[in-house]
Amino acid sequence: MTRRIKSFSAMLGSVILTLLGLTVITFLIGRVMPVDPVIAAVGDNAPEDVIVRVRAEMGLDQPLPVQFLHYLGQLAHGDLGMSVLTKNPVTQDIARVFPATFELATAALLLAALIGIPLGVWAAVRQGSLTDQAIRVVCLAGHSVPVFMLALISLLVFYSALGIAPGPGRQDIIYDGMIDPVTGILTIDTLLAGDLDAFRDALAHMAQPVVILAYFSMAYIARMTRAFMIDALKGEFVITARAKGLSLSTVIWGHAFPTVAVQLVTVLALTYAGLLEGAVVTETVFSWPGIGQYLTASLMNADMNPVIGATLLIGIIYVGLNLVADLLYRLLDPRVQ
Amino acid sequence: MLVEIKNLRIGFESRTGLTEAVRGVSLTLGTEKLGIVGESGSGKSLTARALMKLLPKQARIAADTLAFDGIDILTADERRMRQIRGRRAGFILQDPKYSLNPVKTIGSQVAEAWRTHKGGSRREAMEAAIALLEQVKIRDPRAVATSYPHEVSGGMGQRVMIAMMLAPDPELLIADEPTSALDATVQAEILRLIEELVSERGMGLLLISHDLPLVSHFCDRVAVMYAGRVMEELKASELLSARHPYTKGLIDCMPSLSHPRARLPVLTRDPEWLA
Repeated sequence: MTRRIKSFSAMLGSVILTLLGLTVITFLIGRVMPVDPVIAAVGDNAPEDVIVRVRAEMGLDQPLPVQFLHYLGQLAHGDLGMSVLTKNPVTQDIARVFPATFELATAALLLAALIGIPLGVWAAVRQGSLTDQAIRVVCLAGHSVPVFMLALISLLVFYSALGIAPGPGRQDIIYDGMIDPVTGILTIDTLLAGDLDAFRDALAHMAQPVVILAYFSMAYIARMTRAFMIDALKGEFVITARAKGLSLSTVIWGHAFPTVAVQLVTVLALTYAGLLEGAVVTETVFSWPGIGQYLTASLMNADMNPVIGATLLIGIIYVGLNLVADLLYRLLDPRVQ
Repeated sequence: MLVEIKNLRIGFESRTGLTEAVRGVSLTLGTEKLGIVGESGSGKSLTARALMKLLPKQARIAADTLAFDGIDILTADERRMRQIRGRRAGFILQDPKYSLNPVKTIGSQVAEAWRTHKGGSRREAMEAAIALLEQVKIRDPRAVATSYPHEVSGGMGQRVMIAMMLAPDPELLIADEPTSALDATVQAEILRLIEELVSERGMGLLLISHDLPLVSHFCDRVAVMYAGRVMEELKASELLSARHPYTKGLIDCMPSLSHPRARLPVLTRDPEWLA
């Protein structure tokens, strides 16, 4: 028991150190950028005394270490500062934009895993066959065609030409402001509100960006699954399983697949983290008001508080997902101590 | 006859053409203990795996006869083979460290072998697995059943493997170097265990090894293989007084404790043996 507490506190310590390091780096990058956030806020033509006053208001006249400690103090109170661009507290902005990204990323990951894993296993079992080649081509395309191109083509075909898909955005304009943002996840909120039409509308709007993001992630997941499974299928224990008289599907899914679970969890966690950090390009093409768009807009305007805040959030997501993956390893593989 | 092999040939296709690894092996086996000895690469393991149809996909296999209890293995489909594998013929591999599934408990692996062929509930299968673990002389079968392969020793792992392969009461046991990965003291125990179980159950045994004294001590008959062929087949008790130059060469190459020699002879290989 004490050993567990020890390893847990060691883990917690490394998490805090990682996040602190991330804060230092992001904070420093924000301060050494060749863009003056004060000018960005008040404009080029502001009189000198306004610039000096705003600089003092933003705390930028202090030495860097003081500024940083001040920021850390704020952070400890859960305060990420104000956004110059939106005039809202950054925490409020993030609470608004993050669920949009979360919804997109989670749906894309589920779809990608549900298709990518069986596809990868299938390719591994049929290694070298025509099926394997076909899957390889599909995956290669998914991984190498730029996402923005797929997104634009998709909009062109399904929205503009065929008219069977809704246009950009999260929902149709008639539902704008109609749904109470309880969780910020539109598919859940519409269901909570009992508005099935709005739910269908939200799903329809998700379809294109989710499929495109899922295709990209699926390609990676399938390729990795294939590689892991080819390795696992070479194992002597696979011969044992077959010598026991088990069916091929039991040998594959019951014996070989569980041994690659740990490696797959790593791949899935990294893919999910990548999706959650905001698919900037996809969000831009589909006008998806997620964290990727928020981060880009803030960066373009030298609005540093949102940038640092959003970066920190992404860092926390990475660390969090790594922790979850770590815990899953212990559950999935008895060899991991 | 339990096993009948006539003129078995196994080759591997590659860019440079077909490489033959087994070139015309003929063997028969009834309810007896047959040993196959020979150097690495002589085709011992391939012959055994061909009998279970567990060769890699690239292998090309041909034979005049390859039969298990009258069933033609060459034409048997996967479904037919699954009724032989496990149920009628068990297959013990060399190193339990690699041949047991690392992420499944020992109990579930043994129970699976039992349940696949005998049916019944999960609980019945687990009880049967524990009884089997007891039969292979594992002291605390309940505890071992809940452990994972990496938590037990090599000797224990091989006992588990034996329990697993005996679960559906097969008529034939193929053991492919079952003791080469084990310590010398454990080797004897495992072999004694296999011998006991095989004679108790009246099974046929195909023991593959490159340990000549062990095979001569343990088996009824021995086939000596070299370069994909059977050089000679003889009674196990006569192995150490064999007449074939290859077998004599192998025996000559064994270091002896009672007559130490400064230098062991180099094995001579006569191309005429393969003519």
